[in-house]
Amino acid sequence: MSSTPKIRIDNIKKRFGTNDVLKGISLDIQAQESVCIIGTSGCGKSVTLKCLLGLITPDSGSILVNGVETVGQSRRAREDMLRQFGMTFQFGALFDSLQIWENVTFRLRQRTKLTRQAARDVAADIVTQLGLGAHVIDQYPAELSGGMQKRVALARAIADKPEILLFDEPTSGLDPITGGVIDNLIIDQVKKLGATTLTISHDMASVRRIADKVAMVHKGRIIWFGAVTDMDNTGVPEVDQFVHGEPFGPLTTGNSD
Amino acid sequence: MFTAAAIRWAVWPPFYGRQLLRQIIDIGYYSLPVVGLTTLFSGMVLALQSYTGFARFSAEDTVATVVVLSVTRELGPVLAGLMVAGRIGASMAAEIGTMRVTDQIDALDSLSTRPMQYLVAPRIIAGTICLPFLVLIGDIIGVFGGYLVGVYKLGFNPSLYLARTLEYLEFSDVFLGLVKAAVFGFLIALMGCYHGYNSGRGAEGVGLATTNAVVSASILILISNYLVTAVFFGN
Ligand SMILES: Nc1ncnc2c1ncn2[C@@H]1O[C@H](COP(=O)(O)OP(=O)(O)OP(=O)(O)O)[C@@H](O)[C@H]1O
Ligand SMILES: [Mg+2]
Repeated sequence: MSSTPKIRIDNIKKRFGTNDVLKGISLDIQAQESVCIIGTSGCGKSVTLKCLLGLITPDSGSILVNGVETVGQSRRAREDMLRQFGMTFQFGALFDSLQIWENVTFRLRQRTKLTRQAARDVAADIVTQLGLGAHVIDQYPAELSGGMQKRVALARAIADKPEILLFDEPTSGLDPITGGVIDNLIIDQVKKLGATTLTISHDMASVRRIADKVAMVHKGRIIWFGAVTDMDNTGVPEVDQFVHGEPFGPLTTGNSD
Repeated sequence: MFTAAAIRWAVWPPFYGRQLLRQIIDIGYYSLPVVGLTTLFSGMVLALQSYTGFARFSAEDTVATVVVLSVTRELGPVLAGLMVAGRIGASMAAEIGTMRVTDQIDALDSLSTRPMQYLVAPRIIAGTICLPFLVLIGDIIGVFGGYLVGVYKLGFNPSLYLARTLEYLEFSDVFLGLVKAAVFGFLIALMGCYHGYNSGRGAEGVGLATTNAVVSASILILISNYLVTAVFFGN
């Protein structure tokens, strides 16, 4: 008998116009578990993550966080819920017009009356933990390389110690070594925070490092969900093809419908 | 809907003072050269045109009055409005549109900050406050342009020209212009934010949002210019 899952996604559906993106996604994530979502481009991974944060409202279905329904909740309830979440976005989404320290401590400063100096100290502390020089806190996002931006995004997500972390392709576009470093940072920080993690990734090496469980999305549904150790012999042709990166098989690139 | 939400969040705490200040500097200060140049040359050409026109029925000495009334009531606000719509409306739509497309707006939201309050409200407040000041300065520069042409090209007596300028000018003329300016400032910021906020996806979406912001703001300026004038003369 498992306890209440930290997150329960139950049969959520979402269509944009005629584009039927999610056709019933269900997924349970236990507390302190690290789950990776994989799937071909455009299959709706990012949309699923955005549904969790209430940035996109599913057409139907329910999402429970700590057993509490979050679809259609009041604004106040949503704001309370969001405090438990930290997220990195696929395209970084650092605030261009703010310096790194302001980016990293953005929510911290909204919530607590932190002095400028204290906030800068906090930011410097976090970015150095993530292997960046403390001097970057005075730079703007556009002045940093892609890998550095990913680290800053990570810093912003973990800055006020959320219980649930969502990472949308934290290592995409990075060389394998930097990608590996980011993975290790994720693993360290997640352990330190005792957080529950949901990560989207295309990078199988990275999935193997950070995931406890893996969910594969295909054609708007989850076609396989299991332990990362079982990923290589699922008996599901789509998963085999994806995991081994074969160009030919049941999966085709382009839009899934 | 968007308008109502924008106004509601503009008067609702928390207020983002630094964002507001940044917008005021951007809109008010950095638009000065554009507005100044536009009104300067408009004042000048107005003096020239009305002189050649009125000379046909020997009413040349009304030039100063024509210049000051047209500038304060119509040309100052409308030209400044259109120029600022091009400059600020476009940049607001591009900036907010880019934030939309790169998920920065979603990031704001997920970091417990309302984008309406953080992004839209300061811009709308700044637009509504700044335009009247810009127009007031534009009015003065426009009248000065008329004066330059009147005195140095058309040979008017400087003190007579100035006396003529002030003779028929009423406070309500300037006031009407400033009311218009505030309305235009509001509309420019509203259109910039609205189109940016609802920008389509990709760079193309942002481009389209920018164009739409400028076009819709310009059209709304011309329409509301008529409406405000009509309401003023209705009483
Ligand atoms: N806001 C939106 N409006 C309209 N359509 C959208 C929106 N967001 C996503 N989509 C559509 O939903 C589908 C899934 O998009 P999503 O971003 O979730 O893909 P993804 O699985 O994250 O792919 P990738 O691996 O390339 O990031 C796409 O076809 C996309 O065009
Ligand atoms: Mg995605």
